[in-house]
Amino acid sequence: MATTTHDTPEPSRRDFLTIATIATGAVGVGSLAWPFIDQMEPDASALALSSIEVDISQIQPGQIVTVKWRGKPVFIRNRTDKEMAELKNTPPGDMKDPQPDSARVKKGHENLLVVVGVCTHLGCIPLGHSGSFDGWFCPCHGSVYDASGRIRKGPAPLNLAVPEYAFLNDKTIKIG
Amino acid sequence: MSGHSTYVPGTAFERWLEKRLPIISLVHDSFVSFPTPKNLNYFWTFGAILSAMLGWQILTGMVLAMHYAANDAVAFASVEHIMRDVNYGWLLRYGHANGASFFFIAVYIHIFRGLYFGSYKEPREVLWILGMIIFLLMMATGFMGYVLPWGQMSFWGATVITNLFSAIPLVGSSIVTWLWGGFSVGDPTLNRFFSLHYLLPFMIAGVVILHVWALHVVGQNNPAGIEPKSTEDTVPFTPYATSKDVFATVVFFVIFAWFIFYVPNYTGDPDNYIEANPLATPAHIEPEWYFLPFYAILRSIPDKLGGVLCMFGAIAVLFVLPWLDTSKVRSATYRPLYRQFFWILVIVSVGLGWLGAQPPEGGYVIASRLFTAYYFIHFLVILPLLGLIETPKPLPTSISEAVLAKNGHQPAHT
Ligand code: HEM
Ligand code: FES
Repeated sequence: MATTTHDTPEPSRRDFLTIATIATGAVGVGSLAWPFIDQMEPDASALALSSIEVDISQIQPGQIVTVKWRGKPVFIRNRTDKEMAELKNTPPGDMKDPQPDSARVKKGHENLLVVVGVCTHLGCIPLGHSGSFDGWFCPCHGSVYDASGRIRKGPAPLNLAVPEYAFLNDKTIKIG
Repeated sequence: MSGHSTYVPGTAFERWLEKRLPIISLVHDSFVSFPTPKNLNYFWTFGAILSAMLGWQILTGMVLAMHYAANDAVAFASVEHIMRDVNYGWLLRYGHANGASFFFIAVYIHIFRGLYFGSYKEPREVLWILGMIIFLLMMATGFMGYVLPWGQMSFWGATVITNLFSAIPLVGSSIVTWLWGGFSVGDPTLNRFFSLHYLLPFMIAGVVILHVWALHVVGQNNPAGIEPKSTEDTVPFTPYATSKDVFATVVFFVIFAWFIFYVPNYTGDPDNYIEANPLATPAHIEPEWYFLPFYAILRSIPDKLGGVLCMFGAIAVLFVLPWLDTSKVRSATYRPLYRQFFWILVIVSVGLGWLGAQPPEGGYVIASRLFTAYYFIHFLVILPLLGLIETPKPLPTSISEAVLAKNGHQPAHT
């Protein structure tokens, strides 16, 4: 060390300068790194597009309407009474991502399912009214979803996501 | 290698420069007087071919970038504009797109050459790992380049591959959003991929310099897998290796040119001539051929995180290969058992590539699982055990002896 002239290992002026320089440099580099990382996050214009309003009054029973939200498709499905009865009769117990249908819809609007149309495996778009559960089928690696958008077969780990949405009135929902 | 340079500055200018920046002697020692084993075969020309391909990709890429626009509204149209309007644009784009394929053909031959002749073994571990880093950077570059034309395969390939990161527990989906710069693959993604696609080849060039540096410290391996013992065993790089390299590179480019001019879309996917549509996935998506073996491994595992781990693991085992192979004998020529397992590995790797292009159902899935399992067993079980149980054939005492043993019983001149 630089303190050879002292008997005690007293910190010297040089030690102080070394530590202060390293510390200032590290804080500077560390705090500068953040803007470089954060610039890659969705920007203000992407966030500004992050909610849409949809008129649902025209969606017929059995129909699936696809709308675009944040660059992704959202499926809005008006489920038939037959589909509803079937869903009621399947306990979610042995599903991969167990969730009752009632937890995936809004009270009073049980027929209407709103899900993000992106396969939870690797992001392809599943095809509606297909697959062995008459829900969705993903052509990429064969995931099968039911009419509640729950994963029933294939490599996808999770149910189709239910986005944040609310009924503004009986005819309109706001997604996001 | 080390020791004094044999370079003698010829002119006053060379002497002047040599005192200030000894660059001519560096080049002379590396590419003129550098001793190369005299038994090298044509598999040793792929280093030169790869360097030529990197130069070609940078050259064509740089001029494509003068006409290309990285914006999701016009990217697809700008590539068509290159194809139809820009003078010789078709040649530049087909040259660049097929160039990526030929780059990978060359790198796969180069890697399997290393596997066969044990080029990864002591003292060439660092050289090998630098090569693996180049391979990773090439994959990243090829992947991002393929996104740029903004066709259906570009878009959905980008979606599936970036979504691999969503398999990471807890932070996965935040990482994916960060990679995208949005809530799906979109304009910000295209822009950053273009920026990185331009940057990475120059990083590759930097690692290539380290790779060649490491090569020149430890010297080249050779088909006999034994070190040169005397100057009898080597010949100077120029003219022997240079002329062979140039000849092989020209032959390689003739074949490459045949693809550009006669079957320019052979390695491409027709779906990529349909503009990206974020609301419809094509019925059958698959990556470019050079990623198919890894894609097959990904799909063979029925669990999302497991599939992603195995896919990256397939490359990770190559990184630690120098420590998995317990045999001290390098060349498969003297390893009767390893030689057979090597060819099985070649068949399994090509087989995985074929399976990666098949639909993920029925027998294809079962075959992919078996092949994936074998791939890992080869590296993690067979290689460590083989070194312990195999009796290698006696090694020649020198490269000269190996050359004579091979050709000695034939007439010396024909
Ligand atoms: C390691 C070297 C490189 C590889 C493996 C590579 C690979 C690729 C690939 C696969 C494509 C898609 C081709 C297509 O289907 O149209 C592409 C496109 C492109 N690359 Fe590269 N590239 C490399 C270097 C570069 C460099 C250095 C630049 C810029 C200086 C560049 C600029 C471009 C541009 C502008 C495009 C879009 C035009 C097009 O799609 O043809 N590339 N690249
Ligand atoms: S992306 Fe849907 S099954 Fe893989």
